[in-house]
Amino acid sequence: MGEGRAVVVRHVTRIEGHGNIVVDLEGDRIKRCDLEIVEAPRFFEVLLKDRPYDEAPRISCRICGICSVGHATASVLAVEAALGITPGPGLRRLRRLNMAGEWLQSHILHVCFLVAPDAFGVPSIVPMVGSHPDVVKRALRLKRLANDICCTVSGRHVMPISYHAGWMGHWPERGELRALEERLVAAEEDLDALVELFAGLAWPTVERRAEHLASLEEGGAYPMMGGPLHSTSGVVTAPENYRDALHEYLVDHSAAKHVRGAEGPIRVGALARYTLAHDRLHARAKDAAARLKLRPDSANPFDFVAAQVVESVQAHQEALEMVAALLADGAPEEAARPTRPHGGRGVGMVEVPRGTLVHDYTIGSDGRIRSANCVIPTSQNLASIEEDMRAFLPSLVRRPSPEIAHGLEMLVRAYDPCVSCSVH
Amino acid sequence: MRPRVAFFSFGSCEGCQLQVLSVEDVLPDLLAAVEIVNFREAIDDRRDDYDIAFVEGSVIRPEDVAELQKIRAHAKILVAIGACACLGGVNAMRNRRAVTELARDVYEGRQDGVFAALPDASPLSAVVQVNYEIRGCPIDRFEFLEAVRSLLAGTVPYTPPYAVCVECTLRGTPCLLERGVPCLGSVARAGCNAPCPAYGAPCEACRGCHDVPNFEALGEAFFRHGMTRTLAAEKLQLFNNYREVREAWEKAVPSSSAT
Repeated sequence: MGEGRAVVVRHVTRIEGHGNIVVDLEGDRIKRCDLEIVEAPRFFEVLLKDRPYDEAPRISCRICGICSVGHATASVLAVEAALGITPGPGLRRLRRLNMAGEWLQSHILHVCFLVAPDAFGVPSIVPMVGSHPDVVKRALRLKRLANDICCTVSGRHVMPISYHAGWMGHWPERGELRALEERLVAAEEDLDALVELFAGLAWPTVERRAEHLASLEEGGAYPMMGGPLHSTSGVVTAPENYRDALHEYLVDHSAAKHVRGAEGPIRVGALARYTLAHDRLHARAKDAAARLKLRPDSANPFDFVAAQVVESVQAHQEALEMVAALLADGAPEEAARPTRPHGGRGVGMVEVPRGTLVHDYTIGSDGRIRSANCVIPTSQNLASIEEDMRAFLPSLVRRPSPEIAHGLEMLVRAYDPCVSCSVH
Repeated sequence: MRPRVAFFSFGSCEGCQLQVLSVEDVLPDLLAAVEIVNFREAIDDRRDDYDIAFVEGSVIRPEDVAELQKIRAHAKILVAIGACACLGGVNAMRNRRAVTELARDVYEGRQDGVFAALPDASPLSAVVQVNYEIRGCPIDRFEFLEAVRSLLAGTVPYTPPYAVCVECTLRGTPCLLERGVPCLGSVARAGCNAPCPAYGAPCEACRGCHDVPNFEALGEAFFRHGMTRTLAAEKLQLFNNYREVREAWEKAVPSSSAT
C-alpha cells in the first residue's frame, strides 16, 4: 500500500471554459482520475424551443465564441435539411470560405497562443512578445487574416451575422475578395514558418488506440462541411442517424454530457480527420504533415497539435480556392426556397475546428423549433481525455505533484477543449 | 506602476474574452500599458491583487454568487463585458421556464451537483455593484480598447445614449423594418455601428435599450409593417428577458405565452 496523494488543478488554464483535473493516487495506483467539467449550463436546446427557425443560427452561434461560425453553419444546415432547402453553389462556397477562416483562427489561437508557451517553458504568450517577437507577430498576423475572412463573409468573426437557411444576408464585394486573395497569398510565408516552428518542437508520447470519427464529404474534399460519419472501425453512419454512432450519457462530475462510440471512448477533431482523410489534403498540407512527421495511424493525443498545424495550411489553401472560385463566379444568388415548408426533422453535421458538430432540430408547420439537440465535439472527446490521462499517469507518477499536474494540463490542452461549448 | 487587470467569466461562451484577444494590431501595446494578472483563457497566472476586473457571463449557478462577490471585494473597478454580464443576454431567455423543465429537457431531470442552476439567469448587477458596462454580443474590440483608454485616463467609458437606427442611417443601410423584417433598431442602444442590418439580419438589441425607448411605438411600427405587436415582445426576449430589464418593455408591448 503506497502513500496517498492528490493532484488537483482547479480551472485548467489556457483552455476555453472551466475544467478541473482531479487525481487521487495511492503509491503508483490511480484511485481517481477525472476531468471535472464545472461550467454553468445555459440550456441552449431549451432556448431554441418555440423560436422561429430564422433565429436559430443567431441564437445557437452564441453557444461558442471560438467556433460560432461552425455553430451557425450546423444550424442553417439543420434548418435546410428540415425544410428541404438546397443551397446554391455560391452560397456553399461562401460558407466554406467562412469555415476555413474559422479553422485558421481557432487553430492558430490554440497552437500559438495556448499551447506553444508549454514548449517554450513559459506560462503564457506574454513573455514571448519579448523573447520570440517574430513568432508572436506571425501568429497575430495569421489570426488577424483569419478573423478578417470571417468579417468579410459574415460581418463579424465572433457571432456571424449573415446566416439564413437558403440565402446569405450579405455577399462580399469583388474588391473585398481581391484584398483577401492578396493577403492570403502573402500569408504563405507565415504558414511555412509556422510549420517550421512546430516541426522543431517536441511533445510527450502517450500511445492509446481509440476509435477516431469524422464526417467525410461526398466528392473527396477534406472533411469540413459535413457528410456521412466515418469511423476507424469501418462503420459509416448517415448524419440523421448520428445517435447510432454517438451515444450521449451523463456522468456525475461533468456538466457536459459524455459521448461514447461503438467501442467506448472516441476521438474527434484534427487528429481524427487526419487519420481518416489525410489522403484528401492539399499538396502543401501533405508536405506540412511530412515535415511534422505526423503519422496517419498516430494514437498519441499530443499529435492533435501537429494535426492542427497541418489543418491550418489546409484551411489557408481552402480559403484561397474559395476566394478564387467566388471571384470567377460569385454573383449573389436568389434565395433557395423550402420544398417542405411544413417542416419536420433536420440534422446539420459539420466539422468544426474541434471535431464533428451536430445540430438536430424538429421544426413545426408554424416555422418554430419544436425540439433541438446539439452534440459538441469536446463532449465527444471528454471520455478519451480521461482515458489518456490514465494512460499518461504511469510515466508521471514518480515525479513531484506540480510536474504531474503540468503534464496532465498539457495533455488536456492538446485536445483544445471548448468547455463552455460542451456544456452549452 | 501599470494597473493590474484581471478577466473572469461566468455562464457565457467566452466570446467577449476572445474579442479582447482579437485586438491583434495593438495587443503588444495593450500588454505594455496594463499588467494582466488573471486571465484563465490565455495565461497561467492567477493573482487576486487586481485593480480592474473585466467580468463576462451571467450568474447562473448557486456558487456563482459567492465567486462574483469575491471578485467584487478584490477589484477597485468592476467592468461587466458583454450582453450576458450586462443584461442576462441569451441566458435569460429561459427565465420564464421552470428549472425542472430545463433539467428534464437537458439532464434527464437531474438538478444536483454540476447540474444545478438558479431559477433565473441574471446579469452581474443583480448580485454586485457594477462600475461600468461594455455592451454587446459580442463586445466590439475597439470599444473595449476605448474603455481601457478611458479607465487608464481616469474618465468614464462612453456608451452612446441613442438608437441603432442613427447608425444605420449614418452608414446608409436601407431600413429593414420598412421591408417587414422584425428589427429592434429604434429601441436598441447604439455603439456597435449597426453591423447586423448591413449584413442582412435584424437588430436584436444585444446592447440593451437606449435611454428613451418607446416600446409602444415599436409595437405600432411592427403592426404597420405587417407584423404583430406581440412579435416585438418576442424579439425583445432574445437579449432583454431578465426580469428588471424586461419590466421596461413588458407593460408597453403585449407579450405572447411563448418564451
